[in-house]
Amino acid sequence: MQYALLIYQRPDDDAGLSDEQRKALSDEYYALREDPLVVGGAALHPVENATTLRIKDEETIITDGPFADTKEVFGGWYLVEADDLDGALEIAARIPALRLGGSVEVRPVVEAPR
Amino acid sequence: MLASLVGFLGDFDRAEEAVQEAFAIAAERWPRDGAPDNPGAWLVTTARNRAIDRLRRERTLASKTRLLEVRETVQEEPDDTAMADERLQLIFMCCHPALATEAQVALSLRALGGLSTEEIARAFIVSPETMKRRLSRAKAKIKTAGIPFSVPPAHQLPDRLRTVLAIVFLIFNEGYSGRVDLAAEAIRLGALLVGLMPDEPEAHGLLALMLCHNARRDARFSDGELVLLEDQDRALWDAAKIAQARDLLERAIALRGRGPYVLQAAIASLQTEHHIDWQQVASLYGELARITRSPVVELNRAVAVAQTGSPQAALEIVERLPLDEYQYLHSTRAELLRRLGRTDDARTAYERALQLTRTEPERQFLKRRLGEL
Repeated sequence: MQYALLIYQRPDDDAGLSDEQRKALSDEYYALREDPLVVGGAALHPVENATTLRIKDEETIITDGPFADTKEVFGGWYLVEADDLDGALEIAARIPALRLGGSVEVRPVVEAPR
Repeated sequence: MLASLVGFLGDFDRAEEAVQEAFAIAAERWPRDGAPDNPGAWLVTTARNRAIDRLRRERTLASKTRLLEVRETVQEEPDDTAMADERLQLIFMCCHPALATEAQVALSLRALGGLSTEEIARAFIVSPETMKRRLSRAKAKIKTAGIPFSVPPAHQLPDRLRTVLAIVFLIFNEGYSGRVDLAAEAIRLGALLVGLMPDEPEAHGLLALMLCHNARRDARFSDGELVLLEDQDRALWDAAKIAQARDLLERAIALRGRGPYVLQAAIASLQTEHHIDWQQVASLYGELARITRSPVVELNRAVAVAQTGSPQAALEIVERLPLDEYQYLHSTRAELLRRLGRTDDARTAYERALQLTRTEPERQFLKRRLGEL
């Protein structure tokens, strides 16, 4: 089964860290990417760079910023291939954002119809 | 000493754990039997033996789960062992932490207790439709999210077992407040766990605890009023259940259990004795409070301390606790103030407890106490 591990982090979660610590953190994210169970994923640039689209009165509205102001923002994801939820949870538990006050949402991916 | 064990075991965590265990055993034995000739060597040997026991247990479990995988594909005729293993897998699936507590409870009662959807609905005072929806949502999540039908691997087992035990105890406590007989269901589930995991002290502890409480059930109320432990008619206690609980507790202690359920069972069991050793009850509550960090446990410790003849010391514990919305804090405090002769303060505290109480027998009880001041 495939699972998406959706990473929500506090936007300033690496504030106060030294360059060395930041480097160690990003190494951890890359190391996870190397795990044989991880089959995809991406890290996103900060929300200041987000642009949101909506349709209102048949008109497309484009605005600066994320779709909602929340304390935790969506920061990236991993796509994992695991036997079951426990397998996916084990990988999810290793995501560094958790230690920095963030959360990881684990969602099963819809299988494409054959 | 630690270094020698790290070398022996090749694992720091295991070594530390083993050393702690060895010290705990020494703390218990040396004062009783006297210290050994060479304390250092004794500690190392004891720690090694503990670590080996633990590894052996983990390995047995690991090999059992491996066996299961093979059996599932090869075997066609289910035998008793296979069925027992499947029940255990089912328990862990029903109590998977990815399910909401109410779903864990409902699934366990449905799948393991064999209760009908209507019965479960009645027990939790919701409509059968609501319960049906709750159960089908939970089953859909199990399927879609891939919640496994398996006994968790050794490194996850302690956490996951805690969830299972907590769910069974939750079911028991629902039953204890007196609706459908969920207490009996929980005891059946507890006995099932003991049968399936005969080496888990906490499973024994939980069953012993539930039996001790349940044995006193008929004596807890008289004419719709709550009866305190010390005023209960012991002839109404179920002696067979108490004896069964003691056997389970002994087994748990023989398995070196010292977890929260074993401790609670030990306390409950002491409280069924003719002369209650409150000193020991208080010290067990102290141990329990250190593990659980629960202020409610501290409150119970205070009650035990008061029973040893120190209401003032008990009051000091109670007044440190952050439990202002908890009725039993106020009723306990009231009782202590009454004993210390501070009648006005006791009255205020009883009144606060009355405001917070929600069941009629407890209200009756508090009113009578208030009237007796």
